[in-house]
Amino acid sequence: MIQALVFYMFAAITVASGVMVISARNPVHAVLYLILAFFNAAGLFLLCGAEFLAMVLVVVYVGAVAVLFLFVVMLLDINFVKIREGFLQYLPTGALIGLVLLVELVLVFGSWSFAPGAPLSVGTHTPDPSVVTNTDALGRLIYTDYVYLFQAAGLALLVAMIGTIMLTHRSRGGVKKQNIARQNARTKETSVELRKVPNRGGI
Amino acid sequence: MLVVGLAHYLTVAAILFTLGVFGIFLNRKNVIIILMSIELILLAVNINFVAFSYFLNDLVGQIFAMFVLTIAAAEAAIGLAIVVVFFRNRGTIAVEDINQMKG
Repeated sequence: MIQALVFYMFAAITVASGVMVISARNPVHAVLYLILAFFNAAGLFLLCGAEFLAMVLVVVYVGAVAVLFLFVVMLLDINFVKIREGFLQYLPTGALIGLVLLVELVLVFGSWSFAPGAPLSVGTHTPDPSVVTNTDALGRLIYTDYVYLFQAAGLALLVAMIGTIMLTHRSRGGVKKQNIARQNARTKETSVELRKVPNRGGI
Repeated sequence: MLVVGLAHYLTVAAILFTLGVFGIFLNRKNVIIILMSIELILLAVNINFVAFSYFLNDLVGQIFAMFVLTIAAAEAAIGLAIVVVFFRNRGTIAVEDINQMKG
């Protein structure tokens, strides 16, 4: 009973904030609604017993991705009113395609069922949460059966990081920076000049 | 109705997925909102993964949801970096102005 109520609350807020993400006038508001959607999806994950994923969703999505979106939206000086012109022009096409997609998904869910014996045929059963915690069970699987996939995910993140740095890094002229090679290459002869100063004359 | 089953989670995920696709069409000019719509779509897929993992009593779904999350984070970082670089070069991010690679 309480579980159902909590589920409906999380689901309703997730869907409502999803609607606001795509229809908000101000992109900053859209990002904030996206954060709300992520928080409530984390609640849905908690209801499914996936505590680790819920926390990862909050930390990674809300803490990193959504804040990155927020930074980009606020840093770029974009005329969002101008960019929104013709908003209603795409509404019929989008609504039609969305409707078709939703009807297809509903038809799939309406006529779909588990294959007989499918829940029994899987090899990796979730252990009892009172014996092994969710994080522990996930770690035991990731670091044994899925270690290559785990490494590949790390590699993807590394490639993304290097790519992002390469894309956004630029060398600007006129910035005084330390050049260690040039500093080390300096000798007494090139940097100090001895002049004979005549008496009462100055240089 | 009061017993939350797999169909409930799948319905929420389907609605979120449709909203994401709808958002791409609705905000066809604003590439940042398009990226956010893609995040919504990936979130819907993650909800599906976790729901199936729970109702099939199989932990692998959660592992895959984690990998989807990883790739989504990488994709958002790269996408936003491209947006920033494009804005620096052209001063706009309107999608119809992005045609430099057109032959």
